[in-house]
Amino acid sequence: MATDSLQNDHDLIFQQGRSPWQDAWYRLKQNKLSIISLNFLILMVVIALITPWLAPYGYETQDLALGASGPSIQHWLGTDIHGRDLMTRLMYGGRISLLVGFAATAVSLVVGVLWGTIAGYVGGLTDTIMMRIVDILYALPFMIFIILLMVVFGRSLLLLFLAIGLMEWLTMARIVRTQVMTVRNQEFVSAAIVTGLSHWQVISHHIIPNIIGPVIVYITLTIPSVMLLEAFLSFLGLGIQPPQSSWGVLISGGVETMEEYPWLLIFPGLTLSATLFALNFLGDGLRDALDPRAISDR
Amino acid sequence: MNLLKVSNLSVAFHTRDGKTQAVDNVSFAVAHGETLGIVGESGSGKSVSCYALMGLIHSPPGLIEKGTALFDGIDLLSASEKTMRQIRGKRISIIFQDPMTSLNPYLTIGDQIIEPLLLHDKISRNLAKQKALTLLEEVGISNAAVRFEQYPHEFSGGMRQRVVIAMALITEPELLIADEPTTALDVTIQAQILALIKKLQQQRNIAVIFISHDLDVIRYMADRTLVMEQGLIVEQGHSKTVFESPQHPYTQKLLASIPQKAKASLYQFRPKQADALLSLSNVSVSFKSRESRFQAVNNVSLKLARGEILGLVGESGCGKTTLSQSIVKLVDIDCGEIRLGEQSLHQLNPSKLKLARKHVQMIFQDPYASLNPRMTVFNTLAEPLKIHRLIDKKGMRDKVLSLMADVGLDPSWANKYPHEFSGGQRQRIAIARALAVEPQLIIADEPVSALDVTIQAQILELLLVLCQQRQLTMIFISHDLAVVRYIADRTAVMSEGQIVEINNTETLYQQPTHRYTKKLLSAKLSSLSAEH
Repeated sequence: MATDSLQNDHDLIFQQGRSPWQDAWYRLKQNKLSIISLNFLILMVVIALITPWLAPYGYETQDLALGASGPSIQHWLGTDIHGRDLMTRLMYGGRISLLVGFAATAVSLVVGVLWGTIAGYVGGLTDTIMMRIVDILYALPFMIFIILLMVVFGRSLLLLFLAIGLMEWLTMARIVRTQVMTVRNQEFVSAAIVTGLSHWQVISHHIIPNIIGPVIVYITLTIPSVMLLEAFLSFLGLGIQPPQSSWGVLISGGVETMEEYPWLLIFPGLTLSATLFALNFLGDGLRDALDPRAISDR
Repeated sequence: MNLLKVSNLSVAFHTRDGKTQAVDNVSFAVAHGETLGIVGESGSGKSVSCYALMGLIHSPPGLIEKGTALFDGIDLLSASEKTMRQIRGKRISIIFQDPMTSLNPYLTIGDQIIEPLLLHDKISRNLAKQKALTLLEEVGISNAAVRFEQYPHEFSGGMRQRVVIAMALITEPELLIADEPTTALDVTIQAQILALIKKLQQQRNIAVIFISHDLDVIRYMADRTLVMEQGLIVEQGHSKTVFESPQHPYTQKLLASIPQKAKASLYQFRPKQADALLSLSNVSVSFKSRESRFQAVNNVSLKLARGEILGLVGESGCGKTTLSQSIVKLVDIDCGEIRLGEQSLHQLNPSKLKLARKHVQMIFQDPYASLNPRMTVFNTLAEPLKIHRLIDKKGMRDKVLSLMADVGLDPSWANKYPHEFSGGQRQRIAIARALAVEPQLIIADEPVSALDVTIQAQILELLLVLCQQRQLTMIFISHDLAVVRYIADRTAVMSEGQIVEINNTETLYQQPTHRYTKKLLSAKLSSLSAEH
């Protein structure tokens, strides 16, 4: 039965010709670790979305009489020195961390890929000007830039995303530009132009699919570094402010008290690590799935 | 007496797909001063068997399973690394295929030539330099004292290969392994290098193992010849015997694949119309770099009748590819005019250009680079049809499958990716893509140069049949004179950006008038070996 429906599925696809994306999804489904990771990440996002209804306590509800306590029936993951429930704070923290991670990475992805592709594809003077702009932005001291932004526009989450994204896209643009320059000199790009494709069609059909591997790998590196950057900015007082929290903030808090109250470090640390692992596995799986050459090795 | 005796050599590569037997139970011997030719198609194991002797097989994935290779009493396969270091580069030298990558770009030629001397003979630098200078003169590098201090990028391809030869010979080896040493070179240079190797070999009485896929080269060079197929030696014997009365069917097939004009006569009487489909008048293309301006195509005029196949020959850098790219507007022309039918190609707006592209298609040299690795055959072939809106969604599938059948591909492979095909099959896909929009003119830029000789014959056959069936006009570009003679009605010879001679193919080959054409034709090996 199962093979029958698979065969029908296959025939149906065959009639239209498969898009690279359908193929990629089909291959991703073969990779168990990636699918587990994908489900884990979806779960984390769902929890983050419904936290206000799900969380057992308020994120600022203190129980000063209780103080720091280890895991118990009332507080599954224990409480911090102000007697705030750690699990609740982890859930609320996840909202911030995931949002910063995904939003800033999305900014860097969109801007970086577009910028790098155009610079690499057009080349010449356009390329020189676009890449000098990237160099100039690289040279700006990032901290001063952010402090300036915060002072001028006031502290806001949106600005934080923007600021981090604005820094991360620079490297992305450089990586993409180099890749595009390699791909665009290959004969299949010439073949596509001769066939009569417009430049935009050449870029979207032939160039972007061939540079996606390094881009995905870089994204899986960007998300964790963005989450940690947010923790660092918060530590300096430039990010989010107490009593709000994020995973990064919880971890840096936990480090200070790790000898007396180890669970304050262990649980946020585990959560962050598990998420990052899942991201990396998913990234690996995606990279392989998007490259048709990878399956024949398996 | 035998200098080298290889017995029962087997080499396998272990990959995730399983085991590949690269060399299977191979035995051969080389005597002092003898040239042994090894011929075979890519993947036949000819290079691997020689690399195994030098200890150049990476393990894993490679594994020398069994066998012995006695070199003057020492078994090369079981010798210690220390013994091997004393033999490699001293008693056995190797010349690699590509002179562009086998020299270190950061060291002067001189330093690289004397390196093996300093390493093995422990002589003083001055003495080594004296020896190197003598040898450089001997391999035909004039002004050796100046050249000694120069870097590889200051040498041309042929000159670099001379340097590599000098490097291999400086330690006075007893055995020289030459792995396709002239494949990357132009035909006139190839003839010079082969003659040089032959001369040096006779003067110094060196044994040579000469590996090549090119039958003419082997016939010219080798005393004895081995024919390899899929890791096995299928035939060996004196070159004269092997080439004149081949016993094994594979050898016969190889020899029959060398393009001969006789076969093409079948297609000689294709209808040609008098009107010109393509006409070029005074076309020039130049490339500007910061310091200089390079005239790639210089004032070329050309007319192509409907239904005609024009061969375009010349050595690398002569501008034949640039000329073809200017016709499909991959490069812009400086001046002149290119007309397709009534239309002038170089002043079209984008939408008109897109229409014009439908009429002119191109087949590229390297079938490994000319197909998008992330698109299935179906999508590759459907793309031009979609772009030009030639067919609706329903008819698409049938159209693509019939295209595949036309070029001899099994339609059930439609959902495979390029990497799952062999070189010849890929080139068939590329041809199908060019045919999809039903063009009038096809430009084929070295379409068979990257293919093995048996596959080459099949693809040429296919191109001829398609041209006849579909009344196609074709410009066929190649550096290989035999191939052009086989396929082209008329042939144009290009040199330094200009067409120096153009005539009916047979007339041109039999009575060349321009001195460059004569030089090109006389460099052909079959004419060389006839003199020999």
